[in-house]
Amino acid sequence: MKEKRYTCIICPSGCEITAVLDGEKIVSITGNTCKRGEAYVKNELTCPMRTLTTTVRGFSGRPVAVRTADAIPKAKLFEAMAEVNAFRPARPVRFGETLIADLAATGVPLIATANEEA
Amino acid sequence: MYDILIIGGGVVGSLCAEAFSGYGASVRVLEAQSDVAMGASGANSGIVHAGFDAKPGSLKARFNVEGACLMPALCARLGVKYVNNGSLVVGFPGDEGAIRALYERGKENGVAPLEILDAARLRELEPNVSPEATVALYAPSAGIVCPYSLTVAALGVAMDNGVKLSLDFRVDRIEDRGDCYRVFSGERFFDGRYLVNCAGLYADEVAAMAGDNSVKITPRSGEYLLLDRRCGKTVSRTVFVAPTKMGKGILVSPTADGNLILGPTSLDIEDKEDKRTTGEGLARVLDGAKRSVPGVPSAVITSFTGLRAVGNTGDFIIKKSAPRMLTFAGIESPGLTSAPALAGYAEKTLCDEGILAEKKQDAVSFRRPARFMAELSAAEKDAWIKKDPAYGRIVCRCEEVTEGEIRDALRENPVPRTLDGIKRRVRAGMGRCQGGFCSPVVMRMISDELGIPFSDVTKRGPGSPLTFGKTKGEDR
Amino acid sequence: MKERSVLIVGGGPAGLAAAVAAYDAGVRDVLIVERDSRVGGILKQCIHPGFGLHRFGCELTGPEYAERYAEEVRRRGIEVMTETFVTGVTPERVVTLQSREGIEEIRAGAVVLAMGCRERPRGALNIPGTRPAGIYTAGTAQRLINVEGYLPGRRVVILGSGDIGLITARRMTLEGAKVLAVCELLPYSGGLARNIEQCLNDFDIPLLLSHTVTEIHGRERLTGVTVSKVDENRRPIPGTERYFECDTLLLSVGLIPENELTEKLGLPLDRRTGGAAVDTDRQTAIPGVFACGNVLHVHDLVDYVSGEAELAGKAAAAYVKGELGGEEKLAVTAGAGIRYTVPQRVRRGETAEVYFRFCDVSRKVEVYAEADGTPLVSKKLLRAAPGEMQKLKVPVPADSANLTIKMRPQA
Repeated sequence: MKEKRYTCIICPSGCEITAVLDGEKIVSITGNTCKRGEAYVKNELTCPMRTLTTTVRGFSGRPVAVRTADAIPKAKLFEAMAEVNAFRPARPVRFGETLIADLAATGVPLIATANEEA
Repeated sequence: MYDILIIGGGVVGSLCAEAFSGYGASVRVLEAQSDVAMGASGANSGIVHAGFDAKPGSLKARFNVEGACLMPALCARLGVKYVNNGSLVVGFPGDEGAIRALYERGKENGVAPLEILDAARLRELEPNVSPEATVALYAPSAGIVCPYSLTVAALGVAMDNGVKLSLDFRVDRIEDRGDCYRVFSGERFFDGRYLVNCAGLYADEVAAMAGDNSVKITPRSGEYLLLDRRCGKTVSRTVFVAPTKMGKGILVSPTADGNLILGPTSLDIEDKEDKRTTGEGLARVLDGAKRSVPGVPSAVITSFTGLRAVGNTGDFIIKKSAPRMLTFAGIESPGLTSAPALAGYAEKTLCDEGILAEKKQDAVSFRRPARFMAELSAAEKDAWIKKDPAYGRIVCRCEEVTEGEIRDALRENPVPRTLDGIKRRVRAGMGRCQGGFCSPVVMRMISDELGIPFSDVTKRGPGSPLTFGKTKGEDR
Repeated sequence: MKERSVLIVGGGPAGLAAAVAAYDAGVRDVLIVERDSRVGGILKQCIHPGFGLHRFGCELTGPEYAERYAEEVRRRGIEVMTETFVTGVTPERVVTLQSREGIEEIRAGAVVLAMGCRERPRGALNIPGTRPAGIYTAGTAQRLINVEGYLPGRRVVILGSGDIGLITARRMTLEGAKVLAVCELLPYSGGLARNIEQCLNDFDIPLLLSHTVTEIHGRERLTGVTVSKVDENRRPIPGTERYFECDTLLLSVGLIPENELTEKLGLPLDRRTGGAAVDTDRQTAIPGVFACGNVLHVHDLVDYVSGEAELAGKAAAAYVKGELGGEEKLAVTAGAGIRYTVPQRVRRGETAEVYFRFCDVSRKVEVYAEADGTPLVSKKLLRAAPGEMQKLKVPVPADSANLTIKMRPQA
């Protein structure tokens, strides 16, 4: 049996969650104050997921804020960044627009979170 | 070939350039740094001393008193802030003799008026001065000025009159070619019939390049604290303490721009570029300030070190280092105050030697203040904005500097090329947030106005980049 | 002179929410004055997620959160003046505006101050050493990266573990910089636990608690910093110096409410919050002048800013309509373990939303409001930290003589 401690990143409460493991098997998860905390720890144990927020180079050359529509594997953050950095839009970026449909083969799209300034 | 090459773009060199620019002579200023006023002229107390401090008969005494008289009119003409706030030297029990001696010395130097105040009168003038102070020397003629604004404005007027400026030109060799001197910086050189050495900390090395090995300069570091405008009215006069065996003490003074300045420490060092501040030094400044003004607030917005160029004679060194080379060396305090008089001396010398002759008829001698909008009434502001909307957009929120003023500074002599250059001209980034908000905007304006890439904008010249290229790579 | 019912100084999250609330309370003539070219305030450069969980039940980025409010403002047709600077406000609520159009004065029925805050710069810390390029506040670095698109540094040390510093550590790492360490003077972080996890731990960036930068090196560009451990009095311990070779030092050492206008109004500032003192309605000591958001006290969650701004906006509307409650006010005392409260005064006989911060870090505490020695309401918390603002809805009795917010260990 071993114990692993986590700080949940799902909301600002930052619950401190303890997972007790028997080999690969989860024996218990305690300390979370909501269900999302449990899901978070289960993910951390298998494939930690993170939402990526960054910028792309806009049509004008100035940065435009973007995010992944959902969390992607933490291990793929830098691969995703390389793809984001190489992206060049064909026209000014609009708020909510999907810029890359499948970022770094995660199946998760990259969407704009701001309008490109005229 | 130039008639005159001025080595050093500090306050003395710039005021010399301004004085010479009224004549038909061709003049170029050679400055080692990427902007003017980068040495002691950019980092000192900004005090226009009344002149009671210097030893009677010394050059310091003579030029101080003369310079202090010239300063108000000069500043008015150059659009530089000067405030005649007066100064106090406060004494504690036992200091009566020292205060009396300063009074006598001031009288001998020709400083008028001077007055010795008792404790009650002192308290009446400056309620925040230490209750333990029992006596003070009051010099109503003393003032405060912004030293780098003065330098920039003087050189600006000089350049408007045709004086040329070379930046990043660190003089490393002087060759006497008979009819002229050839002044080198690496491979680059200029020829000049007459040299004026105003090289500050390096005046000794420049003199030596022309064969004069008599001058020796020691850098004396002085650490300062600059406090928020909110504290600018803690005292209204410049407050010194009576000199003791321990030295001159720490002054507390409003600045011409309305902040409060505390300092300087005084420490002889070896490295002419070592402008570090130290924990001990800054603590000493605060402790020293508390001696005369116990309730001095601690709202520090920045700290800095100025290096004073101390000569080896105990006085200013003003001499001919070569047949056609005038050297100003060891222009430490009261150097700023003396600068207008030193420039006048240089002008007269060069007239006597026939280098300066005919006065120009059309010379410019006035300049608009670089930062002026914040000082205007609502109606005046409105009129400026109606003429040019750029004066309506505030870029630096702390000092209320507008886009129009920054743009003008980028088009005016001497053109700033750095973030610090803008800061020293219009005070954008000089306020309580220290450029946190306006720096990126000012960097963008420098880039656009001067047509240089954003990543080439520096803090103060080569080696001080602010950014390292675009985050997403260059355009494809 | 032009007249407006409610004039809001600042179009950041506080100003936008206050405007919407004032409008929805029945005042149509609302004006937002914003100095930037677009509304949204600092959220525009906060491109990371973490906003809106309380308010919208989902995680938004800063620009998305701002857009939701901007949309509400647009939908109501509320007027926004951009690139317009408020240079003065008088107690009679005459507001002076400066813009490319000129100088204009507007008489407002009510004024809501929502100017936000600024970062504490290096000078305020008095770190000895040189003055090279490469020292930025975290927010300035964030702007250079996210808005300008330039990398302000390659090898970075961060002083201060406030959220902006933590967020910027991750941001710079993603853009290819190496963040060597985050130093925190205090024995605990000022940032949210989740940010330490996802911004530092995810990228193996060490957090050095009880450490500070004691010297800055490099003449033109920063070449390194000396970092020292500090004792319990926050003084550097000689002999613990470590040298970090780096080209950039980011400062995330606190935010200061930007209250220049408030001071011009002659309002004294609460020394603990750095903002004006207000009542239940977020009304200052000057009738008809309200304050909300980071100009009032620095928040860590924008969701709370919006909530506070709605109180202020609604009250400003009520003031204009002559419907704002009476003057019967009771001072709130920050009792044991509580650093400050906002509001500082509450109206008797009404429920007040009281925001507060703890003095120190502790575990399993109970916070409670007490009037005349009688507990009114309490809340149990697993963890108390100065970096995490809390709030309590307090039903203020009609007849109490005092009101205190206190903390005690859980029974």
